[in-house]
Amino acid sequence: MSTEAAHHGSPTASEGEKAFDPKLLVFCCNWCSYAGADLAGVSRLQMPPYFRVIRVMCSARVDPEFVLRAFERGADGVLVAGCHPADCHYIGGNYRTRRRIALLKMLIQQFGFDPERLKLEWVSAGEGEKFQKTIVEFTNTVKELGPSPYRGGV
Amino acid sequence: MAEKIKIAQYWGAGCGGCDVALLDIDAKILDVHAIAEVVFWPIGFDGKIKDIEAMPDKSITVSFYNGAIRNSENEHIAKLLRQKSVIMISFGSCACYGGTPGLANVTNRKEIYETVYKNTQSTDNPNFVVPQTHTKVKEGELELPEFYDTVKTLDEVVDVDYFMPGCPPTTNLIAMAVDAVAQHVTKGTPLPPKGTMIASDKTLCDECKRERVEKGRRIEKIYQAYEIKPDPKKCLLDQGIICIGPATRAGCGAMCPNAQMPCRGCMGPTKGVMEQGASMLSALSSLLNITDAESKMSEDQIMTLMMQVKDPLGTFYAFTLPKSALKRAVTERGRRKAVN
Ligand code: SF4
Ligand code: SF4
Ligand code: SF4
Ligand code: FES
Repeated sequence: MSTEAAHHGSPTASEGEKAFDPKLLVFCCNWCSYAGADLAGVSRLQMPPYFRVIRVMCSARVDPEFVLRAFERGADGVLVAGCHPADCHYIGGNYRTRRRIALLKMLIQQFGFDPERLKLEWVSAGEGEKFQKTIVEFTNTVKELGPSPYRGGV
Repeated sequence: MAEKIKIAQYWGAGCGGCDVALLDIDAKILDVHAIAEVVFWPIGFDGKIKDIEAMPDKSITVSFYNGAIRNSENEHIAKLLRQKSVIMISFGSCACYGGTPGLANVTNRKEIYETVYKNTQSTDNPNFVVPQTHTKVKEGELELPEFYDTVKTLDEVVDVDYFMPGCPPTTNLIAMAVDAVAQHVTKGTPLPPKGTMIASDKTLCDECKRERVEKGRRIEKIYQAYEIKPDPKKCLLDQGIICIGPATRAGCGAMCPNAQMPCRGCMGPTKGVMEQGASMLSALSSLLNITDAESKMSEDQIMTLMMQVKDPLGTFYAFTLPKSALKRAVTERGRRKAVN
């Protein structure tokens, strides 16, 4: 990616805006959200191309450390997508996930990040459109926030 | 007996507790005395840095470095002792993980100076005079160490051979380290592999005698330690008091839970785990109030539930902020600022 150099330091606002291609990391659980993302793909729903998907067996497999590491490595936003409440393949994985994300939002805020850089969304296997909408909205949110304060390390 | 080995002990950004801890090993101190001569120990006696500088490289057998790296002097002496010593031991939580001084990584030099030299009630400093690294006076130039923006751990600035966590390390662990060195010096017993944590490889909960709920552990509500009188036999975490035991390395004998206080995590993360904070955050999230009504709960309700944890950063990283993934707090540069 070519953005790192451009955004380290403080470019003028308009320059920064134009050149800013956010780096978004998306964790999708295997049983619902990954299938939802796949459906969005095969349905050729248009999405901004700034996200990379990591498939995990369950949203609860997303160790809070993964999220912190992602920010450490320069992610501008992290999205965790899992099955709707009551639908987790492993019964209650997503209940842990939602608690962790809530706490993580509080934590990253204390670390100085805007909590909106971390998002949780429930996406079922049939919800290709919801996946698309989530990505579009999340990309816009992060674009508006600008590059992560952690980009390029501290 | 052969010539005594040389040892050094230094305090970086610490409280002095680690220096005292080394004296707390009672009669074992005689073992140290039998084999070793202390060549440098600022809290104990007057020593000169230039005397250490004049020593040949590797002429000190062991250096115990406690305290974090907060300024250029801490770093300079860490590097000097590393160069002059065969074995460099990172002694105590401040050196190993940043410890309490490391919590200053939520802020920065500028803000610390403003608080200390301007905003505190008892400060009268209208010209906002703050420490400078170089000051010219008529007698010449005065020098002060540079105060860093970010607190670092010892192993960020020098190569470390052994780590001894704990705030301060407990007597049993110090005795273990002293024994290992003494055996090595007197009998040629090989030292533990480089990088060894002189502590237990278990989790604090394994060492704690309190009874845990084995199946279906749930906490309904979080209490501050002063809000309830906990059952003296039962696990504190099961009673809703945040105890960092599940995310903490054993070795201290679970001293705090034994004394009715929750563990705050001074021994640092468990074996193989880098992020003590993430690990505790995870453990706590698995315990907090999952009921039959869960699927009806909104994310806002979950947020309210989790907001019972008043200060996640201070609670989960009380000793390890400089060793965490993010190391320090940052500031949003964009149009929308983080609200604090
Ligand atoms: S580890 Fe604890 S006892 Fe040792 S210097 Fe740091 S604060 Fe003091
Ligand atoms: S959580 Fe704390 S009180 Fe409970 S078993 Fe672990 S160390 Fe002991
Ligand atoms: S119980 Fe926890 S806080 Fe207390 S000494 Fe042991 S590791 Fe440190
Ligand atoms: S399997 Fe999808 S959230 Fe658990």
